[in-house]
Amino acid sequence: MASVESSSAAAIVFTKKPDKPPPPTTVGVLGWFRENLFYSWPSTIFTFVALYLIYMGFAALYQWGIADAVWEAESRRECLDTSPHGACWAGIIVWFNGIIYGRFPHAEQWRVDLGFILLVLWMAPFWFPRLTGKIGIGITAVVFYPFLAGYLFAGGERGWFMQTMVLLAVTVFITNWLHIVLSMVTGRSLREWVVRVTGFTDKHERLHKYPMLGFQAIILAGVYLWLGSWSVSEVSTNLWGGLFLTLLISVLAIVTALPGGVALALARRSHMPVIRVSAIAFIELFRSVPLITVLFMAVTMMPLFLPLDFQLNKLVQAIIGVCLFAAAYMAEVVRGGLQAVPNGQYEAAKAMGLTYWKSMNLIILPQALKLMIPNIVSNFLGLVKDTTLVSIIGLYDMLLMLKAAGQNPIWIGLHTEPLFFGAVIYFILCFAMSQYSQALERKLKTTR
Amino acid sequence: MSDEVVLSGGEEHIASAISDEVVITFDDVNKWYGEFHVLKDINLSVQKGERIVICGPSGSGKSTLIRCINRLEPHQDGHIAVNGVNLDGSVKNIDAIRSDVGMVFQSFNLFPHLTVIENCTLAPMWVKKMPKADADEIAMKYLARVKIPEQAQKYPGQLSGGQQQRVAIARSLCMNPSIMLFDEPTSALDPEMISEVLDVMVELAATGMTMLCVTHEMAFAKKVADRVIFMDFGEIVEENAPGEFFDNAKVDRTQIFLSQILAH
Repeated sequence: MASVESSSAAAIVFTKKPDKPPPPTTVGVLGWFRENLFYSWPSTIFTFVALYLIYMGFAALYQWGIADAVWEAESRRECLDTSPHGACWAGIIVWFNGIIYGRFPHAEQWRVDLGFILLVLWMAPFWFPRLTGKIGIGITAVVFYPFLAGYLFAGGERGWFMQTMVLLAVTVFITNWLHIVLSMVTGRSLREWVVRVTGFTDKHERLHKYPMLGFQAIILAGVYLWLGSWSVSEVSTNLWGGLFLTLLISVLAIVTALPGGVALALARRSHMPVIRVSAIAFIELFRSVPLITVLFMAVTMMPLFLPLDFQLNKLVQAIIGVCLFAAAYMAEVVRGGLQAVPNGQYEAAKAMGLTYWKSMNLIILPQALKLMIPNIVSNFLGLVKDTTLVSIIGLYDMLLMLKAAGQNPIWIGLHTEPLFFGAVIYFILCFAMSQYSQALERKLKTTR
Repeated sequence: MSDEVVLSGGEEHIASAISDEVVITFDDVNKWYGEFHVLKDINLSVQKGERIVICGPSGSGKSTLIRCINRLEPHQDGHIAVNGVNLDGSVKNIDAIRSDVGMVFQSFNLFPHLTVIENCTLAPMWVKKMPKADADEIAMKYLARVKIPEQAQKYPGQLSGGQQQRVAIARSLCMNPSIMLFDEPTSALDPEMISEVLDVMVELAATGMTMLCVTHEMAFAKKVADRVIFMDFGEIVEENAPGEFFDNAKVDRTQIFLSQILAH
C-alpha cells in the first residue's frame, strides 16, 4: 500500500507497484503434480496404489479383449477350443451386419445408409460459418426430410401425398445445396442470383419471391422427370432393427422432444386456465408413469381409440409413445430454464413493445435454452438409452439384436462380447453428444 | 444518497420547453398488490416536455407509479391515459403505448445474449419493422449520443455498469419515444459511474424530452426537474417546483425525508 499522509504541501503521488510472477512450485506441470498427486506422504501412497489398480484393470482387459481374443471362427465352440479365456470377437464380426441393420434385407441396406447420409448432408450447413438462411434450411429438414427418409426406409408404392412430399424433398434438398455452394463461392444467396438473372432486381422486393418460386418449379419438374416413376421395394417395419432402429427412434424422439417440450412449458406458464391445466395434466401423467408402461399402452391401447380402418403398425405406435414421454420430460427442463431467466428480461421486452411470441422467440427462449444445454443434453442421453426399452415390446433394436446373437444355436452363450460391443457403441454415441454439448456451451458463453 | 455527484455543465437549472399539451393523466388511480394498497387516489397530469422527478422512501409506490404508465403493472381502479390513449386491458392500446414510451430500469435489463448494437436494433426491427440498415444507423447515432459508439460490437457483460445503463438509454431512444421513464437508473451503480449516466440524462432533458424519473439524485433534480413529487405510503405527499421543494417544503414529512437524504 502506498502510504498517503495528509500534508499541507502538494499531495503525494500514488504509483502502482509492479506485478511479480507467482512462486514457480505453484504453477505449471510440476506445480500441478505437487498440488494434486504428491501433496503429502499419504497422498503419494494413494497415488501409487491407484496407479497400480488402474494398471491391473487395463491389463486384464487387454488380456481378455486383445491378447487372448479370437478373431476368426465358425462357431462359439471353435472360439472356446482356440482360447477358452479370451473374447470371441468372431461372433461379433459375423453378427455385425445384424447389429447395425437388424433384419433389413442385405440388398436394400444402401437405402438406410443413404437416408443417414442425406440427413448429415441436410444438417451439415448448420456448422458452416457465415452462411445465411440456416433457419430456412433447418425448417426444410424438419418438414421434408422425414418423408424422403421414410420412403427410403419403407419403400413400396407411393400415394399422391407421399409422391408429392418425396419429390418436394428432393427439390428442396437440391435448391438448399445450390444456395450453399453459391453463397460459399460467390457470397450471394441463390435468391439474389435468381432475381438478378431474371431481371427482377429493379422490381419491388415483395415481387422477388416469384422468380424464386418459378426456379423451384423448374427444378421440381426436372425431379419429376428423373424420379417420378422411381421406386424401391417395400421393406416391412418388422425387419427394421439394430443400431438403425435405435438411431431412428432416438433421432425422432429428440427432434420432437425439444419443440414439444417448449410448447408444453409455455402452455404450463400460460395465464389461460384451460391451456395451463391441460399442460399440467399431460406433463404430470407422462412423468408419473414408467416408459415401459407408456410403450405397452401405445401398442395395446392406442388402437382402441383409433377408428378401425386406421391401423398403425407397432413401430409407429412405439415411436409416438416415446415422443410424448420425451416431450413431457423436456417440458420441465425448459420450464426450469424459463424460470432462470431474470424477470427484468421479460419486463424489458414488454416495455419495448414486443409481443408475447416475439419476446419469447427473440429474448427469453434463446437465453433459457442456453442455460439449459447441460440438462437438455443429459435428457437426450437418457432418451437414447431409454429406447432400449422398445425391445420389450418386440422391436429388434440394437439391444435385442445383441441378445439374439447369444441365442443363436451356433453362437449360443455368446453374451459378454455382444454386450461389451453394445456398450462401446452407446458410449461413443453418448460421449460424442456430451462433448458436442460442452463445445456448444463454450461457444455460446457470453459474459452475463 | 450522494449529493456530491458532480454534474458537468454547472449547477444552474436547464431551460425547459413545456407545451400545454397533456401527455399523461392519472385520474383517481388505485392499485393493490393482493391486499396491500400501493397506490392511493393518484391524480397527476404531465405536460409535453415536462421533466418530473419522483422521490420517496422505499415501498412508497414511486416505482409502481411509473410502471403503471406502460402497464408493466395493471391498476385496478381509476383511469390512466397516455398520449390520449386510455390504458385499459386492450392489448392494442398497450402495444401502442409501449412502443411510444421508453423505459430505463435500475438493473439495466440489457439482453445478455445480444451485442450492444443488436440490443438497440431489436425493437425497431421487430416492432417497427424497420430495415436492418436503417436500424443500425439509428442505433449508432444514439450510441454516439451516449458516448459509447466504440462498444457497439461488445456484449453487455463486457461493459461497466455505467456503460450498460447508457446502452439501455440508447436502446430506449432508438424507438424514438415521446416519453421516457427512468426507474432508479443510478441506484445499482458504483459512485464513480453515476455522473456519466446522469450527464447523459441531463443532455436528454435539454432536447425537450418528456421525462419521469424516480431517483434520489438531488443534484440532478435541482438541475433538471420542472416539478418534484414526493411520495410516501402510496400517496403523493407533496408536488412542488424544485426550488421550493428543497428550500421550503410545505409538508413536514417531506422535510424529514429531505433532511435524512441530504444530511450525511
